Amino acid sequence: MTATAPTTLTYREACREALREALRRDDRVFLMGEDVGRYGGCFAVSLGLLEEFGPERIRDTPLSESAFVGAGIGAALAGMRPIVEIMTVNFSLLALDQIMNNAATLLHMSGGQCPVPLVIRMTTGAGRQVAAQHSHSLEGWYAHIPGLRILVPATVEDARGMLWPALEDPDPVMIFEHGGLYGTSGSIAADAGPVDITRAAVRRPGRDVSLVTYGGTLHVALEAAEQLAPAGIEAEVLDLRTLRPLDDEAIVDSVRRTHRAVVIDEGWRSGSISAEITARIVEHAFYDLDAPVARVCTAEVPMPYARHLEEAAVPTVPAAVEAAKRVCEGG
Amino acid sequence: MNDDDHDDDHDGDRALLREMLRIRRFEERCVELYSAAKIRGFMHLYIGEEAVAVGVAAALTPGDAVVATYREHGHALVRGVPARSIMAEMFGKVEGCSRGRGGSMHLFDVGRRFYGGNAIVGGGLPIALGIALAEHMQATGRIVACFFGEGAVAEGEFHECMNLAELWQLPILFCCENNLYAMGTALTRSESETDLALKASSYEMPAWAVDGMDVIAVRDAARRAVDAVRGGGGPHFLELRTYRFRAHSMYDPERYRDKAEVETWKARDPIPAFTARLALDAAQLDTLEREIAAEIDDAVSYADAGTFEPVEDLTRFVTSEAGRT
Repeated sequence: MTATAPTTLTYREACREALREALRRDDRVFLMGEDVGRYGGCFAVSLGLLEEFGPERIRDTPLSESAFVGAGIGAALAGMRPIVEIMTVNFSLLALDQIMNNAATLLHMSGGQCPVPLVIRMTTGAGRQVAAQHSHSLEGWYAHIPGLRILVPATVEDARGMLWPALEDPDPVMIFEHGGLYGTSGSIAADAGPVDITRAAVRRPGRDVSLVTYGGTLHVALEAAEQLAPAGIEAEVLDLRTLRPLDDEAIVDSVRRTHRAVVIDEGWRSGSISAEITARIVEHAFYDLDAPVARVCTAEVPMPYARHLEEAAVPTVPAAVEAAKRVCEGG
Repeated sequence: MNDDDHDDDHDGDRALLREMLRIRRFEERCVELYSAAKIRGFMHLYIGEEAVAVGVAAALTPGDAVVATYREHGHALVRGVPARSIMAEMFGKVEGCSRGRGGSMHLFDVGRRFYGGNAIVGGGLPIALGIALAEHMQATGRIVACFFGEGAVAEGEFHECMNLAELWQLPILFCCENNLYAMGTALTRSESETDLALKASSYEMPAWAVDGMDVIAVRDAARRAVDAVRGGGGPHFLELRTYRFRAHSMYDPERYRDKAEVETWKARDPIPAFTARLALDAAQLDTLEREIAAEIDDAVSYADAGTFEPVEDLTRFVTSEAGRT
């Protein structure tokens, strides 16, 4: 087989291609959610799919998050492979009971009888001046729950390739797509397909400090690494890709190479995934550390509307650079 | 009606009595076992409400799915989940129908299409909706019976599911077991509109109230509704008016209702009335009771002899072991 020339896709197009492939490959797959059909998806991810696959498989729902997420669970139990789209992570709280008390729990509570092969996709994150009820990063909350797999695609390749293995997983998988990424583009093999969903990935090798991040802040970490290089600091950027289960081995390996770590996370700091990552570094690589672990997180405020305040709240490149320099100088 | 039909109904009626008695005697034994600390945790008794599950089940086929609540011993029994595996579950044994991980509130038997056992009020409705959606999309001809209490109608999920089921014309029978109390809160103290069928009707769903203390009335209503649902008539809703004779759970001091009210409802106990209607003689009834007692004795022995799952297995079934499908 000859290698296919790379092509350029936006993250949005990559998500759409992943959906299209899944719908073509498996009759059991269908997409359900608010405005996924005629509207084409709130973020235009599913644009055109209604015309191709029809209203049974591209299923518009009323604004009933609990009912349609629960319906996804029930349909998964009864032989289908539903993909449920929730418009934003904030709205997922209206379905939290179904996600936590049913999707994540049924397998165990039934003694292994009720696997729930359900995929739930949603937008997460800030950066679009849509204020406190549309901007949060709660994927770390979901990573608290046993029984769920939490995926956070940060690249076009992962946006394209994570959906199919998620659908093949017999258990519930949640995919968090950062809203700021949909318009970004990247080069990808024209025949790019499924990717591994169990491992973190080193996006930039380095020897002096590990910038541990995921999703919407991967570009922050990469840019920070670029800015640190002239100062003689070679930062390694680790893209977690999965928040549950965390790839402990990759995190610890990276820290053992660099002896320093900065965790960059758009979630809040308290009781967060960044706290969990930090704890695991301390548990598994304490004696490899040359400096305390640092964190760059979102300020502990509901996300404000005004652009300058929103920018001040979220992790930024200067903040990541400053934190990296601090841990390097401290060592 | 010809003689064959008459015989069928006669046998069917006896089966209804047997099922109601099985549930009653099973739960009476559960109370003793709870007192003996063999069963722990929350346990909610169905005593008084048996005609509802038994009547509805008589209208279903084995392939139909059932979603029930935490008060589901009766539904599990009448759907064929063996008394042994239910009792073992309540004893916390690995031989239990949920391997001892669910307990009284979470009985599962997917082979018999019994999908629990849900202890979040209203939480089973969306799941039932989704199973019905899958049946519809796969054109299986099977339907879903979804049981829930009248307390669930106060939940947003109830209204979301009424709307979606009707909008999508899904093959689902909503069985609202109206026992008048959501734990200790009377329907009249929690709902501005207490006509529950009217709520479903407002979503354009065929809905009516049924005497839930009369197993024949329940069966006949369920048959009518199930036939319509299976025939493509979309979801139906039955309000089954019933009453629980016992406390909400084993922890409930029952301060919220009068003893006189309980006695009034007990006078409408579905079992003695139906026994009288069948005109069984003492010997026949005695035989029935002895058969049921033997089944329950066997279930208790089985549960007692069962094994506790090794603690090393604690984290099994958090994620699937079979790998990808």
